[in-house]
Amino acid sequence: MNLLRRWLPDRRWGVIAPPFLWLSLFFVIPFALVFKISLSEMAIAQPPYVPLLEYLDGVLNVRLNFGNYTWLFDDPLYADAYLSSLGIAAWSTVICLAIGYPMAYAISKMRGSLQNLCLLLVVLPSWTSLLIRVYAWMGILKNDGIINNVLLAVGLIAEPLRLLNTTGAVYVGIVYAYLPFMVLPLYANLTRMDPRLLEAAADLGARPLTRFLRITLPLSVGGVIAGSMLVFIPAVGEFVVPELLGGNEATMIGKVLWGEFFANRDWPVASAVATLMLLVLILPILLFHRYQSRELEVAR
Amino acid sequence: MAVRSMFSFSRPSFPGVMLGLGYFFLYAPMLVLIAYSFNENKRVNVWSGFSTKWYGELLANDAMMAAVAMSLKLALATATLAVVFGTLAALMLTRLRRFPGRTLFGGMVTAPLVMPEVITGLSLLLLFVALADTIGWPANRGFVTIWIAHVTFCMAYATVVISARLREMDTSLEEAAMDLGANRIQTFFAITLPIIAPALVAGWLLAFTLSLDDLVIASFVAGPDSTTLPMIVFSSVRLGLSPEVNALATILIVTVTAVSLVGFWFMDRNDRKRQREMQAALAHPD
Repeated sequence: MNLLRRWLPDRRWGVIAPPFLWLSLFFVIPFALVFKISLSEMAIAQPPYVPLLEYLDGVLNVRLNFGNYTWLFDDPLYADAYLSSLGIAAWSTVICLAIGYPMAYAISKMRGSLQNLCLLLVVLPSWTSLLIRVYAWMGILKNDGIINNVLLAVGLIAEPLRLLNTTGAVYVGIVYAYLPFMVLPLYANLTRMDPRLLEAAADLGARPLTRFLRITLPLSVGGVIAGSMLVFIPAVGEFVVPELLGGNEATMIGKVLWGEFFANRDWPVASAVATLMLLVLILPILLFHRYQSRELEVAR
Repeated sequence: MAVRSMFSFSRPSFPGVMLGLGYFFLYAPMLVLIAYSFNENKRVNVWSGFSTKWYGELLANDAMMAAVAMSLKLALATATLAVVFGTLAALMLTRLRRFPGRTLFGGMVTAPLVMPEVITGLSLLLLFVALADTIGWPANRGFVTIWIAHVTFCMAYATVVISARLREMDTSLEEAAMDLGANRIQTFFAITLPIIAPALVAGWLLAFTLSLDDLVIASFVAGPDSTTLPMIVFSSVRLGLSPEVNALATILIVTVTAVSLVGFWFMDRNDRKRQREMQAALAHPD
């Protein structure tokens, strides 16, 4: 009876049902469809793939095509794109951490109003458009852009350096776009830290560097993980930055997926690319989720 | 207490210097963009004189203006529904400790925050195609499909903002209202909603800007005659620099900055007022 009551709808379901159903339908089920279509074959049709299940003369035919996956493993282009995406995302995360940690630390040490204002100034760029901010770098890195013009005028170089359409430009773009997402969770973590711990350490004779390495840093691991995942995971699938700043030099997997879908109209291969990307990212996503739910419990 | 502000010029600390460099890195490109929007020359990087003509050209660009209208409508509709769902989801996560599928739900709320946009976009498109195939809806992709896609990823952000506020709010106020005979719904509207209102505004604005900015997801789920602002900006930027895009960027950056600073000023004033009142109340306990 109790068990039954637990499952019967009560008034709480007025709160639970709408977001639950919405996310199930528009976030969870679509992933199953991506996996399904990745086992299909491309066809000149609308929609452009062969159905997996067909009911013909009383026989249910199931056609599973693993060709898309063997294709991805055979052509080194895809493996290269996955590896370079992971590499670029990982190094961008490290660079964001190296810049973002001191920034978050400096802000967390400020007093009331100034602290809020400085935090706002870090987040504010992310409220404008990512597309526009990446575009800004196109103007700076071009052959006749600001950096080259200044270097030419000063006489450091005789002819413009190629800065745009390089892997370096992709790093600059990703770090620039994702830096606020690194600072925010780090700040949230550092500002909660109990200052009495540091005072106690100081009273016991620990120097500033020792206090930082032995107390602040270990206690902020949660913020480091959250910030790193907020940068790393979306950066692996980034499309806009490599497309506008990377040219042909940086093939990232997000760009490959985009090309398979929009240029080749090969939905099954695009789905297989997405499925493999998700498989690679599932562990980082779980790590991020674990940190997020621990945050909920800590605050309760 | 060893609080050393970055403004203690006597000995600049390493974090203080990094903060300054970080701000330079974040803002210099945007300032360059704004400066060149007033360049009279068609070649964006070649300065030939001050002019506001590109703003005129931008306003006269019908395709661009139609996309602006479309994107603003979309962002309004997205932000509103995302805040409604975000509030419900935040209430679930902070007020209901146990319900069937809580873990799954927590995952569904946090995963869209980090999911690469190409995956979200492709998966939603496949859903819309499959739905059109089986139940005949949506017959055409356009405003509604982009709206659904945007609500789905924006509600995750709204949920995070709103649940942060719900968690730090004093639940004894809600308990007091219920002790005095209010039911859950009355309590929510009379007590909880006014207290979390700033978070609702923040969540709404965040969802609005995210929707206004999205290129990738919209490109996947848009139909042939629905073009949003980022799509039009992207196709012109792909061909190179465009002075009209600089003008558009300037308008956007100035608007976002102005709204944020005004919002900050209001919140800061309220905070100080509340602190003063609390101190006064503690000093004179009547």
